[in-house]
Amino acid sequence: MAAGEELTLSGHIQHHLTNAKMCTVDGSVAFNKACSEAGFWTWHIDTLAWSIGLGLLFLWVFRSAATKATTGVPGKFQCFIEMVVEFVAANVKDTFHGKSALIAPLALTIFVWVFLMNLMDLIPVDFLPAFAGLVGEQVFAMDSHDVYMKIVPTTDINMTAALAIGVFVLMIGYSVKIKGVTGFIKELTLHPFSSSNLFVQILLIPFNLLLETIALVAKPFSLALRLFGNLYAGELIFILIGAVGLIQLPLHFIWAVFHILVIVLQAFVFMMLTIVYLSMASSDNH
Amino acid sequence: MNLNATLLGELIAFAVFVLFCMKFVWPPLNNAIEARQKKIADGLAASDRAEKDLALAQDKAKDQLKDAKAQAAEIIEQAKKREAKMIDEAVHKANAERDNILAQAKAELEAERNRLREELRKQVAALAVAGAEKILQRSIDEAAHSDILEKLVQEL
Repeated sequence: MAAGEELTLSGHIQHHLTNAKMCTVDGSVAFNKACSEAGFWTWHIDTLAWSIGLGLLFLWVFRSAATKATTGVPGKFQCFIEMVVEFVAANVKDTFHGKSALIAPLALTIFVWVFLMNLMDLIPVDFLPAFAGLVGEQVFAMDSHDVYMKIVPTTDINMTAALAIGVFVLMIGYSVKIKGVTGFIKELTLHPFSSSNLFVQILLIPFNLLLETIALVAKPFSLALRLFGNLYAGELIFILIGAVGLIQLPLHFIWAVFHILVIVLQAFVFMMLTIVYLSMASSDNH
Repeated sequence: MNLNATLLGELIAFAVFVLFCMKFVWPPLNNAIEARQKKIADGLAASDRAEKDLALAQDKAKDQLKDAKAQAAEIIEQAKKREAKMIDEAVHKANAERDNILAQAKAELEAERNRLREELRKQVAALAVAGAEKILQRSIDEAAHSDILEKLVQEL
């Protein structure tokens, strides 16, 4: 552990839960604590690096399977990749009625990418931060306590929010594309309460708009917060377990085994809800 | 909750990843899977067809074998009939030939016997005449008594 003696347990946990930051202060690049005043234009470089690295890993592995894909007898690697692809394709086919070239690759990307990012949670919590601290100390002559490294991108709300906002944009896009702008506005204003009386209907419009907007906006919020909350809590418990001495070994094992389920489940849930939301957005009947 | 520029970076990364996946990852994998599924389906259909064809061919072969056996039996039957007929005919012919030969032989025999008898009779008559001549010598006129002699000859 890259902590000094003065580090308390809460300090240790705080250190683990802080992202490595990068920003520009007065025209020059600054890191971490120097960025406390940078506001929005702060970059979490650990989140970005790990997530993009894992995303590229996903694309590289699947792309290499795709280029070597044969219609004859497939190898084991191709079989494995095809199993994942078919699993996603089956879920999309069951849930999304209609034709779209985007939904299935989108679902595959979300599932595998989120899974890989969640998987980082199973690497013992101190390994990579301690290694980063050592590198910072030896190579960049920094105080290792000032080196931050959060290796699970999905424990960063920016990551999950970016995914959710991407899905939200697609939801709006599909709604407008399938139902047209007027159809989309009608959906937001004439449901769930409607009346044949024109006057009553006009009275109901603001109420409907309020309800429907909340329902619409709640979807990306729930997507982002569910993934973030599950992984953040899991990570926190790993950190706590890592701070209790030798007894951490069995505890860590048990929590890690349980977490294998959480990791896959959260990736699956994110994928399924994306498909379901886009399916709802692109179907006419409310 | 400290949302910051990381969100934008991740959004761009997300969009790029999805687009890449849509263009270069999903189609070849999905096409390979679908092509193989079609191949397997075709193979199964072909094997079904082959099985049916085999059953059909076996049935046909069985029928042909049956026909051939029936034909062979018929040919044998015909041959047997013909054989019997031929033997029958041969027997008939042989019998007829034998009868013919026998009848001819009998007729020849009869003719010979008749001829011999006639000759014998003539000789006996001659002998009788010669004997009578010797006994009677001149007392008998040959011409006058020839009618009696004739009668005698007839009686022999």
